[in-house]
Amino acid sequence: MAELQPYNKLPALSCAVLLLVGSDGGLQQRLAEAILREKKNFKINIHLAASLPLPPERDHLRPRIDLVAFMIDIKSKYSLKNVEASLAYVDDSFFLGKVCFLVTGVGRVNYCSVEMNAIRNLGEVYCSPVLFCELEVEGSQVATAQRLLRMLEICAGHVPGVSALSFSSLMRNCADD
Amino acid sequence: MAAGAAPRPARRGGRREGGSNGPRREAAPGLVSVMESVEAVARTLLSFGRLSRGLPFGRAHGLSSRDPLLPLAPRSQENADPQRTAFLLRKQWTLYSVTPLYRFSNAHLRDYARLLSAFIAAEKQKGLAVEVGVELDIKVAVSSLPYLKGSDQDQAAILVQLSSRSPASPKNSEEKLIWSGWFCCVSGDNLSKNVPEDFTCLPLFLVNGAECYTSIVGSWFQKTFDCSFRRLAISPLILSWMAAMWTGCKVDKTASAMELVFSVPCLPQPLDISYAIHPEDAKALWDTVQKTPGEIIQEEVDVFMDCLYSHFHRHFRIHLSATKLVKVSTAIASAHCDGIIKVRF
Repeated sequence: MAELQPYNKLPALSCAVLLLVGSDGGLQQRLAEAILREKKNFKINIHLAASLPLPPERDHLRPRIDLVAFMIDIKSKYSLKNVEASLAYVDDSFFLGKVCFLVTGVGRVNYCSVEMNAIRNLGEVYCSPVLFCELEVEGSQVATAQRLLRMLEICAGHVPGVSALSFSSLMRNCADD
Repeated sequence: MAAGAAPRPARRGGRREGGSNGPRREAAPGLVSVMESVEAVARTLLSFGRLSRGLPFGRAHGLSSRDPLLPLAPRSQENADPQRTAFLLRKQWTLYSVTPLYRFSNAHLRDYARLLSAFIAAEKQKGLAVEVGVELDIKVAVSSLPYLKGSDQDQAAILVQLSSRSPASPKNSEEKLIWSGWFCCVSGDNLSKNVPEDFTCLPLFLVNGAECYTSIVGSWFQKTFDCSFRRLAISPLILSWMAAMWTGCKVDKTASAMELVFSVPCLPQPLDISYAIHPEDAKALWDTVQKTPGEIIQEEVDVFMDCLYSHFHRHFRIHLSATKLVKVSTAIASAHCDGIIKVRF
């Protein structure tokens, strides 16, 4: 099956799997390392991919994916296009809180090649939260890693009483109402 | 280089209302006479002042969804003297953004000129020699350009010129213009609502001339009007807007090629890619993309640039969208991401 499915495999005990999709391998690597450095009480697997679909040959070896984070760099229009193309290979039920968009590079407005409206629209059309960060800066990297970790914990079902569906309520912006 | 790719349909999700940088509607100039061309160029230059405000990240600084179609034409077109705007052309201008000036008045321009020339003389005395070994008599002229603004509420542009006359040459010889800088404001409607009393909003400063004079004049303004100057960088998003806007302009004579320069990141040695396009091809492509003459929206700019990028990719297998656009050069004007623009013609 070419599409990423959220529930077609059994979950592993006390384990959560994060998939990072983005065109910049270096940034993904740094973010993954930052997440792994955080304190957590469950096992984490982080998978990195440049784009979707994932190669089908190794599909049987892959665990169930709990959260997909699409990384967009505002300095590169190509990264946005890459993410937009990859979104087609994600099953619809993933978009109930198990997908988020990570926009990096927002510290440097002067390097901006991507229009902010396009990103906001992406978040709205796909009903997924958009997180802004600056992964080149240490502090922002740590903060983003902590946020993603928390989201991953919720998506994997490790937090009793909170499900990934509640992320959509976090996205409502007061200015919109 | 022929433009091969057909324009793709506008990508979905382009919002037409709401949002801080919703549809960007600009008046595309209709060039018939030289005067109108100069105005048009001045218009695009002046649009930097607006574009420099509150860009991408975050909401609603300077652009509201209720922004009407901005008539960026200078007010009194009939009175605008081509001679007076000729100073704009064929010069390289470095851009600075300026905070509002405190207690600046149009009525005291002559006094300001006097004070500034005294300041320059004092700096020279102090030994901060502006030019080593050459004794120059520097004269300062500060004038107002009432027609160079975006709308009625805007402040009129202020021009500062430094001219010199070497003491060796006879008294009534020609003075040579050595430095010029001008402040201007475009579409200050949004700004003037928020600016408190006693403040004058002239957010864009363009400089042509030696850096030493720029720092002296700049520090005088900073001391006198409690403002602050900062180099204005132009982001690739804005540069692609300029490329699209300027491509759409009709040029009379044989135009030079449209050139885009890209800088490739993350390489051990810096690499620049220069992409030159025949101006007629570029204009033909833009004409197929632009739906309403006189209006440009972000989606049209995106489609235009995407066509150019995909054409390049087809030939060279390089994704220009992953690089940084650093310079746009058309027959009308050129702009560099470090905040340097040059108006041709």
